[in-house]
Parts: sequence; C-alpha cells; structure tokens
Amino acid sequence: MELMIELIVNLGLPLVLLILAYFAGTLLERNHYRSIRVRESRSRRMPVINFRRAPTTWDIRDSGLVTGHVVISVDYFKRFLAGLRAIVGGRVKSYESLLDRARREAILRVKEQAHEAGYDAVVNLRIQTSRLANSRRNGQGLAGVEILAFGTGVKRASIS
Amino acid sequence: MLLSNTEEIPGHTIREFYGVVTGSTVRAKHIGRDLMAGLKNIVGGELKGYTELLGEARQEAIRRMSEQAESIGANAVVNVRFQTSSVAQGAAELFAYGTAVRVD
Repeated sequence: MELMIELIVNLGLPLVLLILAYFAGTLLERNHYRSIRVRESRSRRMPVINFRRAPTTWDIRDSGLVTGHVVISVDYFKRFLAGLRAIVGGRVKSYESLLDRARREAILRVKEQAHEAGYDAVVNLRIQTSRLANSRRNGQGLAGVEILAFGTGVKRASIS
Repeated sequence: MLLSNTEEIPGHTIREFYGVVTGSTVRAKHIGRDLMAGLKNIVGGELKGYTELLGEARQEAIRRMSEQAESIGANAVVNVRFQTSSVAQGAAELFAYGTAVRVD
C-alpha cells in the first residue's frame, strides 16, 4: 500500500503534469502562431530592414528608437522531450519552434510600436537573445528567454 | 532627446560629439511574479510578468542614458545598444549605451 502511494506520488504527478503541459502547450502554441500569422500579414506594408542606414533615396522627416521584446518559456512536456533529445543529440525541434515564434513576436512588436509612433519603416534592426536565470536552484535553472528586437523607426516625406 | 541605433539621426547632421553615455538598472523580480512564472513554466508561452518587468527596466535605462546626455549638452544619442545580463540569482541588469551628439 505504502509502495503504491509512493509510486503514485513519484510517477503519477509528473505524468499528469506532462499530459497537462502537452495539451495546454500545444494549444497555446497553435493560438500564438495563428495570431502571429494574422498580424504579420496585416503589417506587411511596414518594411523592417537590417541595413545600417536608410536607403539614400528616402527623404526622412522623423526618426526614433523602437523596441520590442518578449520573455518566453518552454512547457514542461517540451522540456522533458529536450532532456531526452540531449541524450542522443540532434535537432531539438521543440525549442526551435519556441525561439522562432518569440523572434517573430518581438519583430511584430517593433513594427506595432513603429506604426503607433507614425513611422513608415524600421532600419538597422538588431535582435538579441538572453537567458534569465531562475532564483531557485542556485541560479542554474532557466526562468525564461528574452528576445529583444530594436531598430530606428523612420518617417518618410512621401512614399513612392 | 532624439534616439537612434544608426550612426546618425536620419535627416539631421551631427555637429558635435560628446562621447559615450550609459544608463543601467538592476532589477529583481518579486516573489509573486516568480511564482506565477513558475506555474507558467508548466504550460509554456509568454511570461507576461517578466516581459513587463524588463520593459519597464529598459525604459528606465534609456531614461538614465538620456538624462546623462542632456546634462552634458547633447540633444541626441546615436548608435544606441542594449545589453541584458543576469548578474545574480533572480536579478538582471539592463544596460543601454550610445554616443551623445548635438544635431541640428
């Protein structure tokens, strides 16, 4: 009996968490991707370029710094998968999609901020990634990953 | 204060260089946010509390950098760069720097 309870506590709880994380995580990711696609097609007319300066043909009237950032974390199920993957090596697909949607989200936020400020384009886009340490586990754990995108929003006199 | 991460302020000419200006802030998350983020870690996705925290902190770093530029007589900061580093358990430093200039 005691063994049963121990087994349930030690194996049952992680299993329930895994199943919960799998369904919730998959649903959240699907919703996020849907939102990203919609907003990306909506903001297609706001060019974001990573050239160091605006094309010389542009007559620029106004400019300013724009930033966009997002802190994301991977779900329990994917972390488990990644742990397994680390044994045999190779592509960690579950993290690839996480970083992909985080970067796209950060760039979208740059575009949205630029749009709100009345800019027509963003030049010199830079993207950087940094990890946030967790206060537990001696700072070894990962609390999340921050993606920061920033650039200079520019307003053109007339768009030809 | 005009800010740009390009080496100029588009449409303006740089008249004078004042050198590098910096702004930084170190923030720790409060325990409530940490707990919420811990729960969010199970299902994954955006950790909104942390996103907000870092956003506020970065604005603060930019503000300090702008104030420093203003105090030495500049009206713009060009080539702005950011850096985030985990300096201690649960605390992060947000750092902004750039070159203070006068443009017309």
